[in-house]
Amino acid sequence: MARTIYFDHAATTPISEDALRDFSAQAKKVGNPSSLHGFGQAIRGDLEIAREAIAAAVSAQASEVIFTGSGTEANNSAIKGLFWSRAPKKIIVTTKVEHHAVHDPIHWLAEHEGAEISYIEIAADGSLNLSSLQKIVREHGDDISFIAILYTNNEIGTSLSPDEVEAIKQISGEIPVHYDAVQSIGKVDFNFEESGAISVALSAHKVGGPLGVGALLLKKALEITPILHGGGQERDIRSGTLNAPGIVAFATALTQSIATLEENRAKLLKLRTYFLEKVAEHFPSATINGRGDAPGIISVTFPQTKNETSLLLFDNEGIACSTGSACSQGLAQPSHVLLALGLNEASARATLRFSLNQSNDFADIDEFFEAAPAVIKRAQAAFLLTERAGKR
Amino acid sequence: MKLIAAMSGGVDSAVAASRAKAAGHDVIGVHLALAKNPQKYRSGARGCCTVEDSHDARRAADLIGIPFYIWDMSDEFHEAVVENFLDEYAQGRTPNPCLRCNEKIKFAAVLDRARAMGFDGVVTGHYAIMKEVEINGEKIRAMYRGIDPGKDQSYVLAVLNQDQLTGAHFPLGDTAKEDIRKEAAAKGLLVANKPDSHDICFVPSGDNAGWLRDRLGSESGPIVDETGNVLGQHQGAYTYTIGQRRGLNLTIPRDDGKPRYVLKIEPKSNTLVVGEREALAITTIEGEKVIWCGPAPVGKSRGYVQVRAHGAAYPCSYQLIDSGSVHREISSDTSPILLIESDQPIVGLAPGQGAVIYDGDRVVGSATVASAR
Repeated sequence: MARTIYFDHAATTPISEDALRDFSAQAKKVGNPSSLHGFGQAIRGDLEIAREAIAAAVSAQASEVIFTGSGTEANNSAIKGLFWSRAPKKIIVTTKVEHHAVHDPIHWLAEHEGAEISYIEIAADGSLNLSSLQKIVREHGDDISFIAILYTNNEIGTSLSPDEVEAIKQISGEIPVHYDAVQSIGKVDFNFEESGAISVALSAHKVGGPLGVGALLLKKALEITPILHGGGQERDIRSGTLNAPGIVAFATALTQSIATLEENRAKLLKLRTYFLEKVAEHFPSATINGRGDAPGIISVTFPQTKNETSLLLFDNEGIACSTGSACSQGLAQPSHVLLALGLNEASARATLRFSLNQSNDFADIDEFFEAAPAVIKRAQAAFLLTERAGKR
Repeated sequence: MKLIAAMSGGVDSAVAASRAKAAGHDVIGVHLALAKNPQKYRSGARGCCTVEDSHDARRAADLIGIPFYIWDMSDEFHEAVVENFLDEYAQGRTPNPCLRCNEKIKFAAVLDRARAMGFDGVVTGHYAIMKEVEINGEKIRAMYRGIDPGKDQSYVLAVLNQDQLTGAHFPLGDTAKEDIRKEAAAKGLLVANKPDSHDICFVPSGDNAGWLRDRLGSESGPIVDETGNVLGQHQGAYTYTIGQRRGLNLTIPRDDGKPRYVLKIEPKSNTLVVGEREALAITTIEGEKVIWCGPAPVGKSRGYVQVRAHGAAYPCSYQLIDSGSVHREISSDTSPILLIESDQPIVGLAPGQGAVIYDGDRVVGSATVASAR
């Protein structure tokens, strides 16, 4: 297996050279950032520089950056914290295409804390139906706890446009808005200040940073109920000794990816166009899901295949891709996102996500399409055989 | 060869995958997700089907150094095995779901998919031996009993035809179970001491009767003797099996004081017929859904018949006969019937059980018991 093509950057990205260098350097330093002595103060200083850099990269105040252990933790903190802080307001407004890190805590609140969920309608390409949001706000405004929306969809790449963000800001008014921007930073335009959001979840490892680091951007005006207690290191909203090497490397990676955003996006648009041309050439019956706002995320439905089969065969060829969100314990469930877009279960199970970043090039795509026709042909053969067996 | 190793998370399938890799094959590990909601089974772990088991399988694949994937076979399993199990019980039969799973899932759905994907076959941790032999001038891949009599699983594999057997690989059959555990430990496999799975994997509680009652209802009905005298009431006829003695709760004793056994289950009238142990003894079996593992025998042949996974093998004669000439209790099937005549009485045989024919240690074929007398 000589070939290795990594098309799963939406799952995680390779750590950048600079981030790795800063991570290693920081890991060699001793000192708990909460300690009062000089060692601790030095680490605290490094962390504050990182905090300021991250704040600057997303147009937030440094005091609005709360470090967490992951994007999932940032989402959970915001969602549960907002819900408890805004009691007795019960209605959570969201969509059916959220990542599990938003979908699951909201459903947990509905099951255990009496939350009621109201869904904003979604178009087939993943676009938000703004008049549906307007209607919900008009009807339930006073009872709405908060609005939670995926800024950039991890499975299909549809992302809020500046106009849509502005419209949501106008419609929501005083109602807090939470964005999951884990797939957005470094890939599409994102500006915390202008977004009007009260809270935003970020993650380091999607932008060339290390695993195990996330951040919650939270407006200063808001106190939320913490989910972790024990030291109150992050403004009493999050407890736990801060992961200094990870945070410093996160700042390096994020700063870098924001600085090169336009360049990377232009490259990815070209790669995407090329990839889609090749799909049309080799697989005329395949369809593309999503609007392509984050051009690196390419969701393709290959009719009459099962994605668990084609993924195995691609992997066997040294090609990494995904059946959707990577979080579901290795078992390929039909994607709730694709089902919400109106795909039937068979089509959802026939869909693969290829997520590229700037480290990919045209040669990767050429190599991919050298292997892909045989893989899809075998996957179709396996599918048809199983179908026949089912009817036997 | 390129092989798919079906890995349940237990020690046998882990060592089987490891042996296949050591033999030089290109092996990929696959765990079959057979339950729609595997989390449900986490606490009720019985050796397979749970999330913990899939983690064990993945860890074993890591240590062996092979890629690992999970295949969702829950729809296929539910339809072919679980629903069939319920359906068979509802008709008063006693099915063996492991036979069914091997026939329809492991060596059909999985093997078919593997072949379509360009693999040559499926490796499992079953205790049976495959050999290339010549039978009546025909070269075949024949299946033999595993050498460990306590673990031999040739009985539950006797539903595989020659095409399925050419894609079946059982690397463990020549070894005793305790040596497999030692080998697993020596190879650093963490499942070396994991307890064996047992009973029925989709009944995590182990309470088959309760599980059946929950799904088929528990309409009580009469328990009668062979002459039709009502002796008591039962709690759902299909939760009993032929030959069962306990759980009848009969208060009227027999005149001779001997215990009573379930002789017959009549699902239509919801009646349980009981009688003395001697009435359970049969020598003639009529089997349907006949499957030959190799070439079909011609005329009347001699061999051994086994009717339970680890039961005795009785010397017998067997031959295929036209289905029109025998009484068919349950099926409207018109394919030929396998008539088996045992030299010795067999006690407590129930319709639905598998009757497996052996020639010495070689598995000749199998049939599903339709009736016995």
